Amino acid sequence: MSNLTLHYNVPGDDFTRAGEASGSVKRTLKDLGFSPEMVRKVVIALYEAEINLVIHAGGGEIDVEISPESVDMVLTDKGPGIPDVEMAMKEGYSTAPDNVRSLGFGAGMGLPNIKKYTDEMKIDSVVGEGTTMYLKVYNN
Amino acid sequence: MKVFEIKEILDAEIICGEEFLDREVFAACGSDMMSDVLAYVKEQAVLLSGLVNPQVVRTAEMMDMQCIVFVRGKQPDQGIIDLARDRDIVLLSTKQTMFASCGMLYEKGLRGGAMK
Repeated sequence: MSNLTLHYNVPGDDFTRAGEASGSVKRTLKDLGFSPEMVRKVVIALYEAEINLVIHAGGGEIDVEISPESVDMVLTDKGPGIPDVEMAMKEGYSTAPDNVRSLGFGAGMGLPNIKKYTDEMKIDSVVGEGTTMYLKVYNN
Repeated sequence: MKVFEIKEILDAEIICGEEFLDREVFAACGSDMMSDVLAYVKEQAVLLSGLVNPQVVRTAEMMDMQCIVFVRGKQPDQGIIDLARDRDIVLLSTKQTMFASCGMLYEKGLRGGAMK
């Protein structure tokens, strides 16, 4: 099987649509026959990352590459960037505004959740330019 | 526990998904914070929430949750109902509070599920 690649544009101004890309990836992985555990790991990480694109970055792009061995995800945005990635990785640390909290997110669990469910996670961020996040989940 | 038992225990109204009431759920999670749901829920579970927005349905979708109970009589709007219908998720609404709802389900044998 050759690798399957998927691309999504995530709009930054519509919170109600946040999660559409992750839902689509979930259905694709299910159809391809990946195990429920594998599907769950990928989509939880991707959903949190997609929410982050909407909450923090004014939207962005998601590229997904699916192979029998792994799922690779790259999320790119032109948002404000993350000044201190190490701090942002701590559970409970959040810079989200109160209105995001009233939507059920912004408790400082997003990045820790992503780390928990992925095998590899890398963040390249430049303040004022944007952030790229690389995620990998192995299929084992 | 079956979804119809949850409906009876909480005297809940069915908003959508009446065709799925015989589904089995193995655990429950009560939270208004979706990131906590994403972090801790493992088993096929029912989600109780006082939060009413599309992300509650999307969170349930990502977690393979079969049923959402809105507590304190909260009612989702049509967009939320349409999304749940499309994803085959049962929506219930109960007049009970979050605390009471969780207690009533716990008393009847439903548990929180293992922490990861």
